[in-house]
Amino acid sequence: MKTVRPFRIDAEALSSFLPSRAIRGWQGLLLLGIFLASLAAAQAQGVAAPQTPSAIATLIEWMPFILKGFVLNLVMSFLAMGIATVLGIALGMLQLSHSRLLRAPAWIITHLFRNSPWLVILFVVMLLVPFEVELPGGRNLILSDWIKATIAFSLPVMANVSEIVRGAIVSIPRGQWESAESLAFTRGQTLRWIILPQCVKRAIPPWMNWYALLAMATPMASILGVREAVGNAQAAMEAAGARPELLVPFYLFLLLLFFAYIYPISIWTRAIERKYAVET
Amino acid sequence: MPLVEVHDVHKSFGDLEVLKGVSFDVRQGEVVCIIGPSGSGKSTLIRCINGLNNIQQGSIKVEGQEVNDPNLNLLELRKKVGIVFQQYNLFPHKTALENVMMAPVKVLKEPKKEVEERARALIAKVRLGGKEDVYPGHLSGGQQQRVAIARSLAMRPDVMLFDEVTAALDPETVKEVLLTIKELAAEGMTCILVTHEMGFAREVADHVYFTDRGVIVEHGPPEELFTRAKDERTQRFLSQVV
Ligand SMILES: Nc1ncnc2c1ncn2[C@@H]1O[C@H](COP(=O)(O)OP(=O)(O)OP(=O)(O)O)[C@@H](O)[C@H]1O
Ligand SMILES: [Mg+2]
Repeated sequence: MKTVRPFRIDAEALSSFLPSRAIRGWQGLLLLGIFLASLAAAQAQGVAAPQTPSAIATLIEWMPFILKGFVLNLVMSFLAMGIATVLGIALGMLQLSHSRLLRAPAWIITHLFRNSPWLVILFVVMLLVPFEVELPGGRNLILSDWIKATIAFSLPVMANVSEIVRGAIVSIPRGQWESAESLAFTRGQTLRWIILPQCVKRAIPPWMNWYALLAMATPMASILGVREAVGNAQAAMEAAGARPELLVPFYLFLLLLFFAYIYPISIWTRAIERKYAVET
Repeated sequence: MPLVEVHDVHKSFGDLEVLKGVSFDVRQGEVVCIIGPSGSGKSTLIRCINGLNNIQQGSIKVEGQEVNDPNLNLLELRKKVGIVFQQYNLFPHKTALENVMMAPVKVLKEPKKEVEERARALIAKVRLGGKEDVYPGHLSGGQQQRVAIARSLAMRPDVMLFDEVTAALDPETVKEVLLTIKELAAEGMTCILVTHEMGFAREVADHVYFTDRGVIVEHGPPEELFTRAKDERTQRFLSQVV
């Protein structure tokens, strides 16, 4: 029993660690240990069937291909975060506009995308956004799947950035607006020079949290055939004969890959949070 | 011509009429104190003078410029009228010097170098020389309030409004703020002060207005109002606070 399904148990142990924000350094080491143990087990299995390369050898062979895919995960996460930040800040400010005509749509967009599953947003964008759009110059812009996925991922993050910005702005005491107003600042100048700079500190930790969530969501694009890390790993397993014993090492590798990228971000976020909590 | 002319001002918040026909004039260089029980509309009144609150009826003129005017040039008004609040409201992300320099640089677009010179002089004037690069969070309440005064003065106003600027302060730091205001008054700055410091009002004011429930009940030179108040409400208020 123990030798037949060693990976399954380990995988479950790992997945129970994942959602927790409280992963600490020693837990990271533990994860690494489990991974190495799993690889050793996979290796042992590979020895049992000498005619095919071992699972671990297959993984190593395909690693560059998977890492190449991971670069696309990073690119999608950066672009989506950029779009989400720019649009989210604008949307957050519009939510506080004096004009109902601006406030209402901003509110609707924010809450629509904040309260929908990312996967559904992804499908909707895939279906609604055309493959090709005509630019004003007469040239055609090809919107390949990974670009569409990037747009899709940026929407829920944009909505959450919008709420972060709105929340940060309303948390600034009224007296700041009043003293700025009495010093002849216009509303726009007050936002630009007095309110938003004070919001940045409060907004950075939650903003970074959303980046981490976004980066972790990018593998969803594989469902639509985007060749990012997970999609490439699946393609690699297919190419290597779709052997069941490849599944665990490949997915564990993906897990570790994302963990190695996201975990430092989450440590950094908490450090910033603590720093600002002390300062104010 | 008076510097500030307040004529028959009515102001409501929804159904609540807070000012019910208030009139008074303030001449150039005059120091005026407004006293009265909590909720009588003192803050509302002085906030109307620089347009922070709008009025429904009546007229407020600052150097002849009508404040109750839909086409009011707010920038011009706020250059003329400075205000200091009870809660200082300094910008916490800026140093004392930056707080003072900000409006002239960002709003009036004056050359930074000139403004900095003026700002440093103002900080010295409120006796905070050496605190230029300190953030408000590291200053005492009294020090913050004096930075707030310097910040207002940096706009070179013709009249200064003070709304209970010592009410939130520790007793030890009240004195230094009052001293700053006294010096300002002595230099000829026109001042309108809402205050609970009766001793101070008596000392610096040229004229004192007692307000209650949205009207001016009684007014006069301090020695007259504080010693020979005619109205029963004024007498009762003074006997409670002094
Ligand atoms: N923005 C507002 N909206 C609604 N009501 C207000 C507003 N500002 C003031 N009021 C009401 O107007 C009345 C007068 O308030 P105001 O602050 O002018 O009094 P005050 O004389 O300054 O009192 P205090 O001595 O306590 O500062 C109060 O009843 C207050 O509740
Ligand atoms: Mg008041």
